[in-house]
Amino acid sequence: MLNYPALDLVFQALADPSRRTMVERLSRGPASVSDLAQPLEMSLPAVMQHLQVLETSGLVQSEKRGRVRMCRIDPKTFTAAEGWFAKRRASWERRFERLEAFLAEEDAEGAKDARSVKSSKPRRPS
Amino acid sequence: MTMAPVQHDTFVIERRLAASPARVFAAFADQKKKARWFGCVDGWEVAEHTLDFRVGGREVWRGGPPGDTPHQNDSYYHDIVPSERIVWSYAMQVGGRRISVSLATLELSAERSGTHMRFIEQGVYLDGYDGLADRERGTKDLLDNLERALREEG
Repeated sequence: MLNYPALDLVFQALADPSRRTMVERLSRGPASVSDLAQPLEMSLPAVMQHLQVLETSGLVQSEKRGRVRMCRIDPKTFTAAEGWFAKRRASWERRFERLEAFLAEEDAEGAKDARSVKSSKPRRPS
Repeated sequence: MTMAPVQHDTFVIERRLAASPARVFAAFADQKKKARWFGCVDGWEVAEHTLDFRVGGREVWRGGPPGDTPHQNDSYYHDIVPSERIVWSYAMQVGGRRISVSLATLELSAERSGTHMRFIEQGVYLDGYDGLADRERGTKDLLDNLERALREEG
């Protein structure tokens, strides 16, 4: 099984669209809580609650600088999470998407063959 | 970058496919069919793909982004039940470094409208993997994959 004890918390933390928006913003660089709140149209206390979940998961760290709370991604947790995804599951997911596309193409080719047999190949009159 | 410890991981991917088990099986068993989906990453070139699909047979896939890090998969087929099951092990190398050795199981079962496919991978991930992923791209991939995973769950 997975070797990262905190990974469940990471998944729970990321299973919410607002928190994913926050993480996405932080993946571009550190931000204050009000920066994070801005695109979410959410009260600061609500953002603080989401931040709490992200901090518990280890994805995000924050520290008070004067009156401003600054947040940043914790690269260690991200490396663990991204390693798990990037390693193999993701590549198989993509492969299986291509498998589905291939099966659909085969269907289309089969249908085309069937049609051209039925219509006695109009492009090549005998 | 420091060496990461060896890691073990098991994951399962399930899909419902709109094709019969026989057709899904053929997409794994027939090299020409497999070549149309397996390694077709956008912009990648396939240098070699040979498939000897029988118990005890081997498969080699080599390729990668043109002029960039080559990837190689070496597989060995352990168990084959037509239209039902394939068990194989494979070792993966990136840039000549061994990054993983895995045991893969594919299970197919007929469903009303097609096939229920179950893929299980039990892997050992070696330290060669670390340092390969560019941070920014890795983060973006993480979010992309996460969204996809959640979509599939939902």
